[in-house]
Amino acid sequence: MSSFSILVGKLVRSASKLRGGGSALPGLVVEKIDPDFIRRTLADLPLGVAVVSGTNGKTTTTKMVVELLESQGLKVFTNRTGSNFTRGVAAALLGEVNMRGRLDADIAVLELDEAHAVHFVKLIQPRYSLLLNVLRDQLDRFGEIDKTTRLLEQIARATTETVVLNREDPRVAGIAESLTTQRAVYFGLDASLRSTFPNDDEMRGSLAEALAATQEADVVLTRVGEADADFLVDGATRTSGLKLRGVYNIFNAAAALAFARTITGKDTDAEALFTALSNVEPAFGRGESLTVNGQPLELVLVKNPSGFRLGLKSFAAHGYSTMIAINDNYADGRDMSWLWDVDFESLADGGVDVVSGVRAYDMALRLKYDDVPVRTVEPDITDGLKRFIKDSPGVPMRIFCTYTAMLAVRRELSKITKVEVVS
Amino acid sequence: MTEDRTIKILQLYPREMNIYGDWGNVLVLKQRLKWYGYNPVVEEYNAGDTFPEGVDIIVGGGGQDSGQVVIQQDLQELAPTLRALADDGLPMLVICGLYQLFGKFFKTHEGTLIPGIGILDLETHGGDVRLIGNVLSVSSEFGEIHGYENHSGQTFLGPGVEPLAEVRKGEGNNTKDNTEGARYKNVVASYLHGSLLPKNPAIADFLIQQAAIRKFGSFEPTPRSEEDLAELSKLSEMARQHAGQRPR
Repeated sequence: MSSFSILVGKLVRSASKLRGGGSALPGLVVEKIDPDFIRRTLADLPLGVAVVSGTNGKTTTTKMVVELLESQGLKVFTNRTGSNFTRGVAAALLGEVNMRGRLDADIAVLELDEAHAVHFVKLIQPRYSLLLNVLRDQLDRFGEIDKTTRLLEQIARATTETVVLNREDPRVAGIAESLTTQRAVYFGLDASLRSTFPNDDEMRGSLAEALAATQEADVVLTRVGEADADFLVDGATRTSGLKLRGVYNIFNAAAALAFARTITGKDTDAEALFTALSNVEPAFGRGESLTVNGQPLELVLVKNPSGFRLGLKSFAAHGYSTMIAINDNYADGRDMSWLWDVDFESLADGGVDVVSGVRAYDMALRLKYDDVPVRTVEPDITDGLKRFIKDSPGVPMRIFCTYTAMLAVRRELSKITKVEVVS
Repeated sequence: MTEDRTIKILQLYPREMNIYGDWGNVLVLKQRLKWYGYNPVVEEYNAGDTFPEGVDIIVGGGGQDSGQVVIQQDLQELAPTLRALADDGLPMLVICGLYQLFGKFFKTHEGTLIPGIGILDLETHGGDVRLIGNVLSVSSEFGEIHGYENHSGQTFLGPGVEPLAEVRKGEGNNTKDNTEGARYKNVVASYLHGSLLPKNPAIADFLIQQAAIRKFGSFEPTPRSEEDLAELSKLSEMARQHAGQRPR
């Protein structure tokens, strides 16, 4: 039965590849004829399953964790984000398993969307979990951030061995209290950096209280430089070069380090770990740098107030042309209120060249109220992007975009430059 | 006599009741006052603070259920002050969580009664569905009102308040009638964020005018830049049009 379902799944997979279709169909087929496929296949892995969750930074962090573990000689199975999580995992597994249903890997590192968490962790208990943050996006999906916290809590409670938590996010750190048999490990920030990462409770800054670091952290980010950062690990500071951009990615590097160290334990080869970290390229659309007309063009994904604020803080506006593309499709979140919780004053000097996307006028209005000049408002992303590139000769470009706006921007860019295709 | 054109805006409980872009409402009042040639001053009031003197406009936002619990006691102590100001015609904007607490009570789904401060004749009952999505409503006073709702409490109006608007798309106060928000004297209450004021400048201007009239006897804008105001109107209008076409 099982090899039959694998055969059918593999056939459907090759067929849909030939058709150039998506990845969900083969997963769906296997789900129908062999619902236990994922659990059975992952259950055999010697180091089990490790999940990465949180509202922000899952994709980049998962990518980092995979590369860090590979630097330790582990064979890692991982998933790309899919619209339907279990189906996406099933489809990815089909590509990797042999005809007997064996997956040639030591561990699976899976990015787990909060919404799919409940279903997934019932099916498969992760041995390790990494919980990044509970930021104020996707409220139109979850209603309240406290509810999002409870979803992450379920992942933590279903974990069999170790949960790695963000010490600086009060909601995530608080999850430790609900743990029973699991061990909690933390990653954190040096006190000097805490004000750089305001959490949602400190949104309106004036009364921000820096939380005292009450928990000992396995990895602490102590300094963020232009192209490197310092991490405090085992009582010693290590400087690592970084290809990742944006302070939020660099904080997530601390998360990935702590997670990888948790998984490999005392066998960790620290040299190899930090070499791997210095080589991690950003995941697509997350601080990615492309080249258009001989000029760098950076894509910065923004999904919520904290992320947008950090994005503005991470990338100096000076010397760049700026475009902002805001969509409100389901995957972006339909609620536009969050734009009002971002301060755009840092863009006031240079202004914004093009504002685009379905909600271009909401964005333009927001900028107007911060006295930021806007040169062009063009809701159509194709036209907006053309205009942006044409009007920025000889100048580096930067585009802040929501998720589906980023997909549209990449699609257009792929017509004029080489853009990595993500299946 | 040098002309004092100061208008003091007070944001209520920004620490706990400031989600879904509530700051946007304060920012819009502040900037529009500036553009009209007034001198806006923004102050914050959090639980335990001393209530400031000379407040001209009050803005209160939404919060999580846990935030409502934190401010509950303090709000009860503030109730007589707020009620006196509301009855005296002070313009106030209360959204979502503070809208509910400005009513008589919030009876949660589990049956717990959270007392409100009774400025608005309305009651809220916890529901088992969360009402989330774009809303388009129409008010005889302000025209079309655009926003986004996200609440589980369902609010029912008593005879002492008028609804703010009638819902055309979305749910509004509850799933039973077509009302959205509430109006009492110069208090505007609504479930809509989005934020409310940027896309609904008629409401912002109403609050500003009432504040000026209450303080100075009349509203006399001396715009610093007609151009800015014209661009602002155009952008608000376009944002409204696009919002109105979006799916629920």
